[in-house]
Amino acid sequence: MESAILKTENLSAFFGSQCVIKSVNLEFPKNNVTAIMGPSGCGKTTLIRCMNRMHELVPGASTSGKILLNDEDLNAINPILVRRKVGMVFQRPNPFPTMSIYDNVIAGYKLNGIRKKRAEFDRIVEESLKKAALWDEVKNTLHRKGTFLSGGQQQRLCIARALAMNPEAILLDEPTSALDPKATSLIEELIGELEKSITIIIVTHNTAQAARISEYTAFMYLGEMVEFGNTEKLFTVPKHKKTEEYLTGKFG
Amino acid sequence: MKSEPTFKGILYLSAASTIFLLAGLFFTLLRHSLPSLKAFGFGMFYRSVWNPVSGDFGAFPFIVGTLFTAFLALAFCTPFALAISLLLGEYWRGTTWSGILQTLIEVPAGIPSVIYGFWGLFLVVPLIRSLESKLHVAPYGVGIFTASVILSIMIIPYAASLMIETIKLVPYDLKEAAYSLGATRVEVIRNVVLPYARSGVFAGILLALGRALGETMAVTMVIGNSNFIPKSIFAPANTMASIIANEFTEASDPLHLSSLIEVGVLLFFLTMVINMIGKAIIRRTVSGAYG
Repeated sequence: MESAILKTENLSAFFGSQCVIKSVNLEFPKNNVTAIMGPSGCGKTTLIRCMNRMHELVPGASTSGKILLNDEDLNAINPILVRRKVGMVFQRPNPFPTMSIYDNVIAGYKLNGIRKKRAEFDRIVEESLKKAALWDEVKNTLHRKGTFLSGGQQQRLCIARALAMNPEAILLDEPTSALDPKATSLIEELIGELEKSITIIIVTHNTAQAARISEYTAFMYLGEMVEFGNTEKLFTVPKHKKTEEYLTGKFG
Repeated sequence: MKSEPTFKGILYLSAASTIFLLAGLFFTLLRHSLPSLKAFGFGMFYRSVWNPVSGDFGAFPFIVGTLFTAFLALAFCTPFALAISLLLGEYWRGTTWSGILQTLIEVPAGIPSVIYGFWGLFLVVPLIRSLESKLHVAPYGVGIFTASVILSIMIIPYAASLMIETIKLVPYDLKEAAYSLGATRVEVIRNVVLPYARSGVFAGILLALGRALGETMAVTMVIGNSNFIPKSIFAPANTMASIIANEFTEASDPLHLSSLIEVGVLLFFLTMVINMIGKAIIRRTVSGAYG
């Protein structure tokens, strides 16, 4: 296995006293796609929200155990820096309705008050939109509101917004669950392109999607990590009975 | 399904009667202000003499007084209303405290304005008087500044309750998106919450302004009732509403009475125009946000 960029050690996550993730140990290999799948409520979204310290924003939420980002304890890094290094794309496309497409892409800089030269921002916008395979569709309407775009385009705009911060990893929380099949396959293609230069962790409840796009898959059930491994192996010869039952559609 | 036309008829009738009432109100005011309109024409707008003894009437000092007190009150009220609504609508959103405090904030809106007037006379006026003597200006205690302070307290509930509701409506997705890009809470408020809620924030300010322009009783009690153009923010003055309240009962001269009614017509127009401008601005900011 390649070197791990993100690693969890006995990670547990709580809402109040309720434990939603139980002592998870995982290693996310660099520049690969890792899928986290499992039935609703298994803690997969909470798990990735721990990876950029978004989990702790919820009142009463807490974690125990350790997460390492490039062997550095995530809790020792300023959460604001963590979130710049580990980007996130959400289930429902959420471009900022008050900003233009252009401003949406550089929203991370604007929000953080980072000033750059106009030409520099122009370059970041073009590069990020190209990486997100959206440039050709929006290059003539950069200064219109992002909310004019279709759902799939909006989601790619959100991917561009995350990429613009030049993160080391991005977390995708069921990024295609609100999209139609065509928009979904575009995003899946895009993920295949992106993984050459960036680490991708994707949460999905769609097992076929996990099989199509990931190198590694983690299967979670009731807050526990049941099985983790090479996607092909996990799908063809699952070690655990629960994994097999989930893959064959007995529950989930 | 016979009740359908009847029901629709009742709706039409109610809608038509409000328009009818408004028109009726306007025409009555206009008819009674005819003598003064004949005597002074549009002079009422810009003439600054108001002398019931010599029968000379110009409402300019009261237009100035009205705009001065209302906008000064707005300037005092807005920062507080915004701070309250950010605290209750964003920081404490959904907590028990937020609910309790929001109810408490709305209570003052139901207090009769004469009570504010009393409170102003007994508490605020002496305070302002001592402030004035420290600043070496004539220590009247009553005047524009005092009226604006009382007004700003009276209009906070109107501004704040609308602002709280709009700030609460900002979708959590958007705030989350901003947090995920490394924004701090203050940055989220400045760049996501306020831009998204700006039309509601503005509507709250406008509602408060409308209330401040027309408020009569409390203002009449603390503004000092002077019929001259105010020279400073501490000077006694009169607003359009307060001059009417003050002189209406003692106006025996028909021209005096008619002039007071014309001031009423002016106030009617002033509030209408300011409301229309405000609505146009809201429409523009809304279309700016979504379209």
